Amino acid sequence: MAGTPTPLPEAGLGATLRRDSWWTELVPVFILLGGFGVYATWRAFENAYYSWGPYLSPFYSPLIDPQHHWWPLSPALLVLAGPLGFRATCYYYRKAYYRAFFLDPPACAVGEPANRKYHGETAFPFILQNVHRYFFYLAIIFLVFLWHDAIKGFFFDGQFGIGVGSLILLLNIILLSIYTLSCHSLRHLAGGKLDCFSCVSFGTTRAAAWRGFSFLNERHMQFAWASLISVGSADLYIRLVASGLIRDLRIL
Amino acid sequence: MAETVLRVFRGDASGGALTDYKVPVAPGMVVLDALHYIQGHLAPDLAVRWNCKAGKCGSCSAEVNGRPRLTCKTRMDELPKDEPIVVMPMKSFPKIKDLVTDVSWNYRVNKKIPPFQPRPGADWKISQLDVDRVQEFRKCIECFLCQNVCHVLRDHDKKEQFAGPRFFVRVAGLEMHPLDGANRVGLLKDELGLGFCNITKCCTEVCPESIHITDNAIIPLKERVVDEFYDPLTMLFRKMRGPSEKRNQAG
Repeated sequence: MAGTPTPLPEAGLGATLRRDSWWTELVPVFILLGGFGVYATWRAFENAYYSWGPYLSPFYSPLIDPQHHWWPLSPALLVLAGPLGFRATCYYYRKAYYRAFFLDPPACAVGEPANRKYHGETAFPFILQNVHRYFFYLAIIFLVFLWHDAIKGFFFDGQFGIGVGSLILLLNIILLSIYTLSCHSLRHLAGGKLDCFSCVSFGTTRAAAWRGFSFLNERHMQFAWASLISVGSADLYIRLVASGLIRDLRIL
Repeated sequence: MAETVLRVFRGDASGGALTDYKVPVAPGMVVLDALHYIQGHLAPDLAVRWNCKAGKCGSCSAEVNGRPRLTCKTRMDELPKDEPIVVMPMKSFPKIKDLVTDVSWNYRVNKKIPPFQPRPGADWKISQLDVDRVQEFRKCIECFLCQNVCHVLRDHDKKEQFAGPRFFVRVAGLEMHPLDGANRVGLLKDELGLGFCNITKCCTEVCPESIHITDNAIIPLKERVVDEFYDPLTMLFRKMRGPSEKRNQAG
Protein backbone atom coordinates (compact mmCIF):
# COMPACT_ATOMS: atom_id res chain seq x y z
CA MET A 1 0.00 0.00 0.00
CA ALA A 2 1.33 3.43 -0.90
CA GLY A 3 1.87 5.96 1.89
CA THR A 4 2.06 9.75 1.96
CA PRO A 5 4.70 11.26 -0.34
CA THR A 6 7.80 12.69 1.41
CA PRO A 7 9.53 15.77 -0.03
CA LEU A 8 13.04 15.23 -1.43
CA PRO A 9 16.04 16.08 0.77
CA GLU A 10 17.88 19.36 0.24
CA ALA A 11 21.20 19.59 -1.62
CA GLY A 12 24.38 21.24 -0.30
CA LEU A 13 27.34 20.44 1.94
CA GLY A 14 26.84 17.11 3.69
CA ALA A 15 23.52 16.40 1.95
CA THR A 16 23.11 12.66 1.55
CA LEU A 17 20.69 9.82 2.04
CA ARG A 18 23.49 7.61 3.31
CA ARG A 19 22.68 6.06 6.68
CA ASP A 20 26.22 5.14 7.70
CA SER A 21 28.55 7.45 9.61
CA TRP A 22 30.44 8.55 6.48
CA TRP A 23 32.22 11.31 8.39
CA THR A 24 34.09 8.79 10.58
CA GLU A 25 36.48 8.30 7.65
CA LEU A 26 37.32 12.00 7.58
CA VAL A 27 37.96 12.59 11.27
CA PRO A 28 41.08 10.39 11.72
CA VAL A 29 42.56 11.72 8.46
CA PHE A 30 41.91 15.30 9.56
CA ILE A 31 43.40 14.73 13.02
CA LEU A 32 46.42 12.66 11.94
CA LEU A 33 47.36 14.61 8.82
CA GLY A 34 46.56 17.96 10.39
CA GLY A 35 48.37 17.03 13.61
CA PHE A 36 51.40 15.83 11.70
CA GLY A 37 51.44 19.05 9.64
CA VAL A 38 51.38 21.24 12.75
CA TYR A 39 53.97 19.14 14.60
CA ALA A 40 56.34 18.93 11.60
CA THR A 41 56.11 22.68 10.99
CA TRP A 42 56.85 23.45 14.64
CA ARG A 43 59.77 21.02 14.68
CA ALA A 44 61.18 22.34 11.43
CA PHE A 45 61.28 25.86 12.83
CA GLU A 46 62.39 24.82 16.33
CA ASN A 47 66.00 24.34 15.23
CA ALA A 48 66.92 22.45 18.40
CA TYR A 49 67.01 18.93 19.90
CA TYR A 50 67.36 17.24 16.53
CA SER A 51 70.32 15.02 17.31
CA TRP A 52 71.62 13.02 20.22
CA GLY A 53 74.63 10.69 20.21
CA PRO A 54 74.52 8.79 16.92
CA TYR A 55 70.87 9.68 16.29
CA LEU A 56 69.72 12.34 13.85
CA SER A 57 66.06 13.30 13.44
CA PRO A 58 64.67 12.37 10.00
CA PHE A 59 63.22 15.91 9.79
CA TYR A 60 66.76 17.31 9.75
CA SER A 61 68.42 14.75 7.50
CA PRO A 62 70.65 15.35 5.63
CA LEU A 63 71.98 17.88 8.12
CA ILE A 64 73.15 20.95 6.20
CA ASP A 65 75.02 23.88 7.77
CA PRO A 66 74.10 23.24 11.41
CA GLN A 67 76.67 25.88 12.47
CA HIS A 68 74.83 28.54 10.45
CA HIS A 69 77.80 29.62 8.33
CA TRP A 70 75.60 30.64 5.43
CA TRP A 71 72.04 29.57 6.37
CA PRO A 72 70.70 31.52 9.35
CA LEU A 73 67.47 29.55 9.83
CA SER A 74 66.73 25.98 10.84
CA PRO A 75 68.56 23.38 8.69
CA ALA A 76 65.30 21.42 8.43
CA LEU A 77 63.89 24.15 6.21
CA LEU A 78 66.55 23.34 3.60
CA VAL A 79 65.48 19.72 3.24
CA LEU A 80 61.81 19.62 4.17
CA ALA A 81 60.51 20.42 0.68
CA GLY A 82 61.66 17.02 -0.64
CA PRO A 83 59.75 14.65 1.67
CA LEU A 84 56.89 17.13 2.04
CA GLY A 85 56.49 17.41 -1.74
CA PHE A 86 56.61 13.64 -2.13
CA ARG A 87 53.77 13.18 0.34
CA ALA A 88 51.77 16.21 -0.80
CA THR A 89 51.69 14.99 -4.41
CA CYS A 90 51.27 11.29 -3.50
CA TYR A 91 48.21 9.75 -5.13
CA TYR A 92 46.99 8.35 -1.83
CA TYR A 93 47.40 11.53 0.20
CA ARG A 94 45.70 13.49 -2.54
CA LYS A 95 42.58 11.41 -2.02
CA ALA A 96 42.89 11.79 1.76
CA TYR A 97 43.25 15.57 1.87
CA TYR A 98 40.90 16.37 -0.98
CA ARG A 99 38.25 14.59 1.05
CA ALA A 100 39.17 15.61 4.61
CA PHE A 101 40.39 19.18 4.11
CA PHE A 102 38.81 20.38 0.86
CA LEU A 103 35.55 18.37 1.22
CA ASP A 104 35.82 17.77 -2.51
CA PRO A 105 33.92 15.49 -1.98
CA PRO A 106 33.65 14.87 1.81
CA ALA A 107 32.67 11.26 1.03
CA CYS A 108 31.13 9.31 -1.83
CA ALA A 109 27.59 10.47 -2.67
CA VAL A 110 27.75 13.20 -0.03
CA GLY A 111 27.07 16.78 -1.09
CA GLU A 112 29.81 19.40 -1.46
CA PRO A 113 29.65 23.11 -0.66
CA ALA A 114 27.36 24.70 -3.24
CA ASN A 115 28.45 27.08 -6.02
CA ARG A 116 32.14 26.26 -5.79
CA LYS A 117 34.27 26.54 -8.93
CA TYR A 118 36.02 23.29 -9.69
CA HIS A 119 39.09 22.79 -11.85
CA GLY A 120 40.36 19.53 -10.39
CA GLU A 121 44.00 19.06 -11.33
CA THR A 122 43.78 21.05 -14.57
CA ALA A 123 44.79 24.45 -13.17
CA PHE A 124 47.17 26.00 -10.63
CA PRO A 125 47.90 24.96 -7.92
CA PHE A 126 46.76 21.35 -8.30
CA ILE A 127 48.15 20.95 -11.81
CA LEU A 128 51.50 20.77 -9.99
CA GLN A 129 50.48 17.30 -8.77
CA ASN A 130 51.86 16.15 -12.13
CA VAL A 131 55.42 16.57 -10.85
CA HIS A 132 54.98 13.69 -8.40
CA ARG A 133 57.61 11.56 -10.14
CA TYR A 134 60.23 14.26 -9.59
CA PHE A 135 59.53 14.17 -5.87
CA PHE A 136 59.84 10.40 -6.13
CA TYR A 137 63.36 10.83 -7.58
CA LEU A 138 64.16 13.20 -4.70
CA ALA A 139 62.69 10.72 -2.20
CA ILE A 140 65.17 8.07 -3.39
CA ILE A 141 68.05 10.45 -2.58
CA PHE A 142 66.57 11.10 0.87
CA LEU A 143 66.28 7.36 1.47
CA VAL A 144 70.04 6.99 0.93
CA PHE A 145 70.73 9.59 3.63
CA LEU A 146 68.17 8.09 6.01
CA TRP A 147 69.62 4.59 5.59
CA HIS A 148 73.02 6.07 6.38
CA ASP A 149 71.56 7.70 9.52
CA ALA A 150 69.84 4.48 10.58
CA ILE A 151 73.04 2.45 10.25
CA LYS A 152 74.99 5.20 12.06
CA GLY A 153 72.43 4.90 14.86
CA PHE A 154 73.95 1.53 15.75
CA PHE A 155 77.43 2.96 16.46
CA PHE A 156 78.03 4.69 19.80
CA ASP A 157 81.47 6.35 19.97
CA GLY A 158 82.72 4.01 17.25
CA GLN A 159 81.44 0.88 19.01
CA PHE A 160 78.51 -1.22 17.79
CA GLY A 161 75.53 -0.97 20.09
CA ILE A 162 71.77 -1.06 20.07
CA GLY A 163 69.62 1.55 21.70
CA VAL A 164 65.85 1.98 21.50
CA GLY A 165 66.57 4.92 19.19
CA SER A 166 68.60 2.65 16.84
CA LEU A 167 65.61 0.35 16.46
CA ILE A 168 63.18 3.24 15.99
CA LEU A 169 65.36 4.74 13.24
CA LEU A 170 65.73 1.31 11.58
CA LEU A 171 61.99 0.64 11.64
CA ASN A 172 61.38 4.14 10.31
CA ILE A 173 63.67 3.76 7.30
CA ILE A 174 62.24 0.33 6.50
CA LEU A 175 58.70 1.76 6.48
CA LEU A 176 59.78 4.82 4.49
CA SER A 177 61.51 2.58 1.93
CA ILE A 178 58.44 0.38 1.51
CA TYR A 179 56.20 3.43 1.20
CA THR A 180 58.48 4.85 -1.51
CA LEU A 181 58.67 1.53 -3.36
CA SER A 182 54.87 1.27 -3.38
CA CYS A 183 54.59 4.60 -5.25
CA HIS A 184 52.27 4.72 -8.26
CA SER A 185 54.86 6.61 -10.32
CA LEU A 186 57.50 3.95 -9.71
CA ARG A 187 55.01 1.27 -10.72
CA HIS A 188 54.45 3.17 -13.97
CA LEU A 189 58.13 3.82 -14.67
CA ALA A 190 59.12 0.23 -13.88
CA GLY A 191 56.79 -1.32 -16.43
CA GLY A 192 53.30 0.12 -16.31
CA LYS A 193 54.06 2.50 -19.15
CA LEU A 194 54.64 -0.40 -21.56
CA ASP A 195 51.77 -1.61 -23.73
CA CYS A 196 53.42 -4.88 -24.59
CA PHE A 197 55.77 -6.54 -22.12
CA SER A 198 56.60 -9.37 -24.51
CA CYS A 199 57.62 -7.00 -27.33
CA VAL A 200 60.49 -5.08 -25.70
CA SER A 201 63.95 -5.87 -24.38
CA PHE A 202 63.88 -6.94 -20.72
CA GLY A 203 60.07 -7.06 -21.02
CA THR A 204 59.71 -10.11 -18.79
CA THR A 205 61.92 -8.50 -16.15
CA ARG A 206 59.95 -5.28 -16.34
CA ALA A 207 56.67 -7.21 -16.11
CA ALA A 208 57.99 -8.94 -12.99
CA ALA A 209 59.05 -5.57 -11.54
CA TRP A 210 55.65 -4.08 -12.39
CA ARG A 211 53.90 -6.99 -10.70
CA GLY A 212 56.13 -6.68 -7.62
CA PHE A 213 55.59 -2.93 -7.32
CA SER A 214 51.86 -3.47 -7.97
CA PHE A 215 51.77 -5.87 -5.00
CA LEU A 216 53.24 -3.15 -2.78
CA ASN A 217 51.11 -0.49 -4.44
CA GLU A 218 47.91 -2.26 -3.41
CA ARG A 219 48.90 -1.44 0.18
CA HIS A 220 50.11 2.10 -0.54
CA MET A 221 47.61 3.65 1.88
CA GLN A 222 48.74 1.44 4.78
CA PHE A 223 52.42 2.18 4.07
CA ALA A 224 51.64 5.90 3.75
CA TRP A 225 50.14 6.01 7.25
CA ALA A 226 52.65 3.65 8.85
CA SER A 227 55.60 5.65 7.52
CA LEU A 228 54.01 8.98 8.46
CA ILE A 229 53.54 7.79 12.04
CA SER A 230 57.03 6.26 12.15
CA VAL A 231 58.79 9.37 10.89
CA GLY A 232 56.92 11.57 13.38
CA SER A 233 57.62 9.11 16.21
CA ALA A 234 61.32 8.89 15.34
CA ASP A 235 61.64 12.66 15.48
CA LEU A 236 59.65 12.87 18.73
CA TYR A 237 61.80 10.19 20.36
CA ILE A 238 65.02 11.98 19.43
CA ARG A 239 63.60 15.28 20.63
CA LEU A 240 62.65 13.77 23.99
CA VAL A 241 66.08 12.17 24.40
CA ALA A 242 67.99 15.24 23.21
CA SER A 243 66.06 17.57 25.48
CA GLY A 244 66.74 15.29 28.46
CA LEU A 245 63.09 14.47 29.12
CA ILE A 246 63.78 10.73 28.74
CA ARG A 247 66.91 8.58 28.56
CA ASP A 248 67.76 6.37 25.60
CA LEU A 249 67.63 2.78 26.80
CA ARG A 250 70.66 0.76 25.66
CA ILE A 251 69.82 -2.83 24.78
CA LEU A 252 73.37 -3.80 23.80
CA MET B 1 6.11 -12.93 6.74
CA ALA B 2 8.25 -9.94 7.80
CA GLU B 3 7.49 -6.63 6.16
CA THR B 4 9.57 -3.56 5.42
CA VAL B 5 8.89 -0.13 3.96
CA LEU B 6 10.44 0.92 0.66
CA ARG B 7 10.52 4.68 0.19
CA VAL B 8 10.73 5.08 -3.59
CA PHE B 9 11.15 8.16 -5.74
CA ARG B 10 8.10 8.77 -7.89
CA GLY B 11 8.25 11.54 -10.45
CA ASP B 12 10.11 12.79 -13.48
CA ALA B 13 12.37 15.65 -14.62
CA SER B 14 9.81 18.23 -13.54
CA GLY B 15 9.75 17.04 -9.91
CA GLY B 16 8.60 14.30 -7.63
CA ALA B 17 8.51 12.94 -4.10
CA LEU B 18 9.33 9.83 -2.11
CA THR B 19 6.45 7.43 -1.66
CA ASP B 20 6.26 4.65 0.93
CA TYR B 21 5.32 1.07 0.03
CA LYS B 22 4.98 -1.81 2.48
CA VAL B 23 6.63 -4.93 1.06
CA PRO B 24 6.84 -8.50 2.43
CA VAL B 25 10.45 -9.65 2.82
CA ALA B 26 11.31 -13.21 1.79
CA PRO B 27 14.68 -14.88 2.47
CA GLY B 28 17.31 -14.02 -0.15
CA MET B 29 15.25 -11.15 -1.51
CA VAL B 30 17.04 -8.25 -3.23
CA VAL B 31 15.87 -4.66 -3.63
CA LEU B 32 14.92 -5.31 -7.27
CA ASP B 33 12.57 -8.09 -6.06
CA ALA B 34 10.93 -5.59 -3.74
CA LEU B 35 10.53 -3.11 -6.61
CA HIS B 36 8.97 -5.88 -8.71
CA TYR B 37 6.57 -6.62 -5.85
CA ILE B 38 5.53 -2.95 -5.85
CA GLN B 39 5.04 -3.06 -9.63
CA GLY B 40 3.05 -6.28 -9.39
CA HIS B 41 0.85 -5.44 -6.41
CA LEU B 42 0.91 -1.79 -5.43
CA ALA B 43 1.95 0.55 -8.26
CA PRO B 44 1.88 -0.99 -11.74
CA ASP B 45 3.03 2.31 -13.22
CA LEU B 46 6.34 2.32 -11.30
CA ALA B 47 9.16 2.68 -13.86
CA VAL B 48 12.23 0.53 -13.20
CA ARG B 49 14.92 -0.37 -15.72
CA TRP B 50 16.19 -3.93 -15.38
CA ASN B 51 17.20 -6.86 -17.49
CA CYS B 52 19.22 -9.85 -16.30
CA LYS B 53 18.71 -9.73 -12.52
CA ALA B 54 22.12 -11.34 -12.25
CA GLY B 55 24.47 -8.39 -11.90
CA LYS B 56 25.70 -8.63 -15.46
CA CYS B 57 23.61 -6.31 -17.62
CA GLY B 58 24.16 -3.13 -15.58
CA SER B 59 20.59 -1.92 -16.09
CA CYS B 60 19.16 -1.70 -12.57
CA SER B 61 21.50 0.95 -11.16
CA ALA B 62 19.93 3.19 -8.53
CA GLU B 63 20.73 4.68 -5.13
CA VAL B 64 19.73 2.55 -2.17
CA ASN B 65 19.88 4.37 1.16
CA GLY B 66 22.05 6.98 -0.52
CA ARG B 67 24.57 4.53 -1.95
CA PRO B 68 24.86 3.94 -5.71
CA ARG B 69 24.24 0.21 -6.24
CA LEU B 70 22.80 -2.41 -8.53
CA THR B 71 19.37 -3.15 -7.04
CA CYS B 72 19.67 -6.78 -8.16
CA LYS B 73 22.81 -7.23 -6.06
CA THR B 74 21.58 -5.43 -2.95
CA ARG B 75 20.13 -7.92 -0.49
CA MET B 76 17.27 -6.74 1.69
CA ASP B 77 18.70 -8.53 4.73
CA GLU B 78 21.87 -6.39 4.53
CA LEU B 79 19.88 -3.18 4.98
CA PRO B 80 18.69 -1.74 8.31
CA LYS B 81 15.22 -3.07 9.12
CA ASP B 82 14.16 -0.38 11.56
CA GLU B 83 13.67 2.39 9.02
CA PRO B 84 12.38 2.69 5.44
CA ILE B 85 14.73 1.71 2.61
CA VAL B 86 15.09 4.75 0.37
CA VAL B 87 15.44 4.03 -3.37
CA MET B 88 16.32 6.95 -5.63
CA PRO B 89 17.26 7.17 -9.32
CA MET B 90 20.91 7.91 -10.20
CA LYS B 91 21.47 11.55 -9.33
CA SER B 92 23.93 12.46 -12.08
CA PHE B 93 21.62 11.75 -15.02
CA PRO B 94 18.36 13.39 -16.09
CA LYS B 95 15.28 11.64 -14.73
CA ILE B 96 12.86 10.12 -17.22
CA LYS B 97 10.36 8.53 -14.85
CA ASP B 98 10.65 7.19 -11.31
CA LEU B 99 13.87 5.15 -11.14
CA VAL B 100 14.66 5.36 -14.86
CA THR B 101 17.25 7.92 -15.95
CA ASP B 102 18.52 9.04 -19.32
CA VAL B 103 22.07 7.72 -19.64
CA SER B 104 22.44 8.53 -23.35
CA TRP B 105 25.13 11.17 -22.59
CA ASN B 106 27.47 8.24 -21.88
CA TYR B 107 27.01 6.85 -25.37
CA ARG B 108 27.82 10.24 -26.88
CA VAL B 109 31.05 10.37 -24.85
CA ASN B 110 31.90 6.87 -25.99
CA LYS B 111 31.84 8.00 -29.62
CA LYS B 112 34.71 10.42 -28.94
CA ILE B 113 37.08 7.53 -28.23
CA PRO B 114 38.91 6.09 -31.26
CA PRO B 115 38.25 2.34 -31.28
CA PHE B 116 40.92 -0.37 -31.33
CA GLN B 117 43.34 0.22 -34.23
CA PRO B 118 45.77 -2.65 -34.82
CA ARG B 119 49.39 -1.73 -35.42
CA PRO B 120 50.41 -2.40 -39.02
CA GLY B 121 51.95 -5.85 -39.30
CA ALA B 122 50.89 -6.80 -35.76
CA ASP B 123 51.44 -10.44 -34.84
CA TRP B 124 47.98 -11.56 -33.70
CA LYS B 125 49.36 -13.99 -31.16
CA ILE B 126 49.26 -12.21 -27.80
CA SER B 127 51.32 -13.32 -24.86
CA GLN B 128 49.34 -14.13 -21.71
CA LEU B 129 51.68 -11.74 -19.92
CA ASP B 130 50.16 -8.89 -21.92
CA VAL B 131 46.57 -10.12 -21.80
CA ASP B 132 46.37 -10.31 -18.02
CA ARG B 133 46.52 -6.59 -17.36
CA VAL B 134 43.83 -5.46 -19.84
CA GLN B 135 41.48 -8.31 -18.96
CA GLU B 136 40.30 -6.45 -15.87
CA PHE B 137 38.94 -3.55 -17.92
CA ARG B 138 36.78 -5.92 -19.99
CA LYS B 139 34.74 -6.77 -16.90
CA CYS B 140 32.91 -3.42 -17.07
CA ILE B 141 29.14 -3.93 -17.45
CA GLU B 142 28.39 -0.25 -18.14
CA CYS B 143 26.09 0.17 -15.15
CA PHE B 144 27.34 3.79 -14.94
CA LEU B 145 27.41 3.70 -11.15
CA CYS B 146 30.96 5.07 -11.32
CA GLN B 147 29.77 7.92 -13.52
CA ASN B 148 26.90 8.55 -11.11
CA VAL B 149 29.04 8.71 -7.97
CA CYS B 150 31.92 10.71 -9.48
CA HIS B 151 31.67 14.15 -7.90
CA VAL B 152 33.02 15.83 -11.04
CA LEU B 153 29.78 14.82 -12.76
CA ARG B 154 27.50 14.56 -9.74
CA ASP B 155 28.29 17.82 -7.97
CA HIS B 156 30.15 19.88 -10.56
CA ASP B 157 28.24 18.73 -13.64
CA LYS B 158 31.30 18.85 -15.93
CA LYS B 159 29.66 16.70 -18.59
CA GLU B 160 30.97 18.91 -21.40
CA GLN B 161 34.60 18.67 -20.26
CA PHE B 162 34.91 15.35 -18.47
CA ALA B 163 34.32 11.83 -19.74
CA GLY B 164 34.11 10.08 -16.36
CA PRO B 165 35.62 6.90 -14.91
CA ARG B 166 33.77 4.45 -17.17
CA PHE B 167 35.47 5.91 -20.22
CA PHE B 168 38.87 6.08 -18.59
CA VAL B 169 38.48 2.33 -18.04
CA ARG B 170 37.67 1.92 -21.72
CA VAL B 171 40.64 4.07 -22.81
CA ALA B 172 42.94 2.17 -20.42
CA GLY B 173 41.85 -1.11 -22.02
CA LEU B 174 42.70 0.27 -25.45
CA GLU B 175 45.89 2.16 -24.54
CA MET B 176 47.37 -0.83 -22.72
CA HIS B 177 46.34 -3.26 -25.43
CA PRO B 178 49.54 -4.84 -26.81
CA LEU B 179 48.33 -4.69 -30.43
CA ASP B 180 46.71 -1.28 -30.44
CA GLY B 181 48.50 1.41 -32.43
CA ALA B 182 46.47 4.54 -31.69
CA ASN B 183 47.53 7.23 -29.24
CA ARG B 184 44.72 8.64 -27.11
CA VAL B 185 46.85 10.49 -24.55
CA GLY B 186 46.24 13.95 -26.02
CA LEU B 187 42.54 13.18 -26.21
CA LEU B 188 42.59 12.12 -22.57
CA LYS B 189 44.15 15.37 -21.46
CA ASP B 190 42.16 17.77 -23.61
CA GLU B 191 38.81 16.36 -24.66
CA LEU B 192 38.16 13.70 -22.03
CA GLY B 193 39.33 15.94 -19.18
CA LEU B 194 41.36 13.41 -17.22
CA GLY B 195 42.85 16.26 -15.15
CA PHE B 196 39.47 16.99 -13.60
CA CYS B 197 39.67 13.68 -11.75
CA ASN B 198 41.09 14.29 -8.28
CA ILE B 199 41.36 10.55 -7.61
CA THR B 200 39.06 10.42 -4.60
CA LYS B 201 38.27 6.81 -5.53
CA CYS B 202 34.47 6.81 -5.22
CA CYS B 203 34.27 5.12 -8.63
CA THR B 204 36.34 2.22 -7.31
CA GLU B 205 34.21 1.99 -4.16
CA VAL B 206 30.94 1.53 -6.06
CA CYS B 207 32.09 -0.69 -8.95
CA PRO B 208 30.00 -3.90 -8.77
CA GLU B 209 32.64 -5.70 -10.83
CA SER B 210 35.40 -4.70 -8.39
CA ILE B 211 37.49 -3.10 -11.12
CA HIS B 212 40.31 -1.10 -9.54
CA ILE B 213 39.30 1.90 -11.61
CA THR B 214 41.50 4.48 -9.91
CA ASP B 215 44.66 2.49 -9.31
CA ASN B 216 44.71 0.41 -12.49
CA ALA B 217 43.07 2.70 -15.05
CA ILE B 218 42.96 6.37 -14.04
CA ILE B 219 46.33 6.75 -12.29
CA PRO B 220 48.26 4.83 -14.99
CA LEU B 221 46.58 7.07 -17.58
CA LYS B 222 47.49 10.17 -15.57
CA GLU B 223 51.09 8.93 -15.57
CA ARG B 224 50.94 8.52 -19.36
CA VAL B 225 49.69 12.10 -19.66
CA VAL B 226 52.63 13.18 -17.48
CA ASP B 227 55.00 11.26 -19.80
CA GLU B 228 53.71 13.12 -22.80
CA PHE B 229 52.96 16.60 -21.46
CA TYR B 230 54.53 17.35 -18.08
CA ASP B 231 57.80 15.42 -17.74
CA PRO B 232 60.67 17.26 -19.45
CA LEU B 233 63.09 14.33 -19.00
CA THR B 234 60.79 11.79 -20.64
CA MET B 235 60.04 14.26 -23.41
CA LEU B 236 63.76 14.84 -24.02
CA PHE B 237 64.48 11.12 -23.94
CA ARG B 238 61.71 10.50 -26.45
CA LYS B 239 63.05 13.20 -28.76
CA MET B 240 66.52 11.63 -28.66
CA ARG B 241 65.12 8.15 -29.29
CA GLY B 242 62.94 9.29 -32.19
CA PRO B 243 59.25 8.83 -32.83
CA SER B 244 57.71 5.47 -31.93
CA GLU B 245 55.43 3.47 -34.16
CA LYS B 246 52.50 4.16 -31.88
CA ARG B 247 52.98 7.90 -31.72
CA ASN B 248 53.39 8.05 -35.49
CA GLN B 249 49.81 6.96 -35.77
CA ALA B 250 48.45 9.42 -33.28
CA GLY B 251 45.35 10.97 -34.68
